[in-house]
Amino acid sequence: MASITKTAQAGTLESSDVMITVAPGNQGSGIVIELESIVLAQYGEDIKIILEKTMKEQGVTDIYIKAVDRGALDCTICARTLAALSRAGAVLKEAII
Amino acid sequence: MKNAIGREIPEAISGIAAIKPFSGAFAIVPEMTRQAPKVKTIKPADRKLVDSLVEVFKKIPVTDGMTLSFHHHFRNGDGVVNMVLATAAQLGLKNLTVALSSVFPVHAPIIEHVKNGVVTGLDTNYMSGPVAQAVSKGLFSKPVVLRTHGGRGRAIECGQLKIDVAFIAAPAADEYGNLNGVEGPAACGSLGYAFPDAQYADYVVAVTDYLGEYPLSPISISQTRVDYVVKVECVGDPKGIVSGTTRITKDPVGLKIAETAAKVIQATGLIKNGFAFQTGAGGASLATAAFVRKMMEKDSVVGSFALGGITGYMVDMLESGLFKKLIDVQGFDLEAIRSLATNPNHLEVGADFYASPFNAGCAVNQLDVVILGATEMDTDFNVNVVTGSDGVIMGGSGGHADAAAGAKVTIIVANLLRGRLPIIVDKVLTATTPGETIDVLVTERGVAVNPLRADLKEKFLAAGLPVKDIQELKQLAEKIAGAPKAVKTGEKIVAVVEYRDGTIIDVVRQVEG
Repeated sequence: MASITKTAQAGTLESSDVMITVAPGNQGSGIVIELESIVLAQYGEDIKIILEKTMKEQGVTDIYIKAVDRGALDCTICARTLAALSRAGAVLKEAII
Repeated sequence: MKNAIGREIPEAISGIAAIKPFSGAFAIVPEMTRQAPKVKTIKPADRKLVDSLVEVFKKIPVTDGMTLSFHHHFRNGDGVVNMVLATAAQLGLKNLTVALSSVFPVHAPIIEHVKNGVVTGLDTNYMSGPVAQAVSKGLFSKPVVLRTHGGRGRAIECGQLKIDVAFIAAPAADEYGNLNGVEGPAACGSLGYAFPDAQYADYVVAVTDYLGEYPLSPISISQTRVDYVVKVECVGDPKGIVSGTTRITKDPVGLKIAETAAKVIQATGLIKNGFAFQTGAGGASLATAAFVRKMMEKDSVVGSFALGGITGYMVDMLESGLFKKLIDVQGFDLEAIRSLATNPNHLEVGADFYASPFNAGCAVNQLDVVILGATEMDTDFNVNVVTGSDGVIMGGSGGHADAAAGAKVTIIVANLLRGRLPIIVDKVLTATTPGETIDVLVTERGVAVNPLRADLKEKFLAAGLPVKDIQELKQLAEKIAGAPKAVKTGEKIVAVVEYRDGTIIDVVRQVEG
């Protein structure tokens, strides 16, 4: 099971990008997502699903994620999330990279 | 009831006179006479110059429930609307309707006037900024009327938009009411959108900060229609009125779309002597003009005229001999103003001449090609330029639906994906321009042709253009971005979208918050 030790960030606020901030959650807090998006109405649920899926694939259980989305595609969201996790001290599963 | 493009329109809407559903772009044949304004006389010694707006309000007099009209050539630098409405509020007037051809962020004080009951109606062709957002959230108790530029001219001429007092923001005036837009510190160029107001309002008031000697020339709006002239300190902020230069996009996707659009125009065979063209000032539209220009130069083509909102780029094409005339209803930059003031081949025309469907012929009917934008387009080619991706009003037709109806070939240029959002949807949130008047969609990943125009499709295929079915383009976008969920709106109708002939093509509903 992967865990993170510090707060870290990846991504930008440019159009078609997303800025992901991750911080360690208290034990048992679960995956807490705070999402801002210019396409919240159209893709809000999809973005939450991809964030949760990425966490589960990495075995991260207790984490706070803030995503400020400027219309990023799923692949971008996934890549920025993995980068943020890595910077926060998680050892990523090679299969994903 | 459903209108001709399948939009659900209520049988009756509180605050809106008899609803006629849209029945086809050219289906309505008018049976009426034009409305006539009050007949006037003044005596030889009478003077028109008054010291203040308060005095004008008392002389007319402006009373509760009147419709006050304004034009939008000062764009986001306008000072006149706010000045006039502040005067109305100061005098305790209530229940006024504001007929302003376009609403900009600078007009935010309207919101307070609505909350205080000074203003209770809004009639416009385009709106952006705080007022548009507040309208979407239900600011007004009766719906805002959204028209086209040509439709507003028509509504004024036909008495459906009855103006009690027209306030003309005049960059230059003389004391006897001759006006133009090419002199003075707030020079804006053409005053075309104010022409119907000046012709048909019961009272016409010029508001200016620059008085020239009598007789002022050139004359755009004449003394025969102007009742009062008010000299104020400042009518507007030149920085918000004109831009210095209009630049062509450097965005590679925008340039690819523009280049494809130019090839589409070439394939129609319309780039030949006498070519008549309209394009917007922004993004891929102006870039398309640059590619078309190269084609014209290469084949030594001399066009007939360019139409619409005029930029320095169009002026340069006129002066280089690529077009014989410019027909100008609104100028965007200093070059457009200089050209209008000095070049007899640069014509200033009114909104009615430009685009009104109910007269003996408007300029858009003479267009070969128009390039337009879209925020959304559906698989029936209906276009939305009123509401944004969050359902909030962020624009309006302006001349969109007019030019689309008039031109031989109407081309929409748009990114297939804007950020993450596909341009093509099953059903646009708000229909502004009917699909039957849209011929081609040009995106960075292909060109879709309206099935009504099999003739064009054949030409494009023969020219080797990347023609795709609109469904295919839609699926391509959704494969990349995923299928978007539809925006949820509330029930309350905050605006009715009127087609240029006065029928209702759609309604805009309230957004949450």
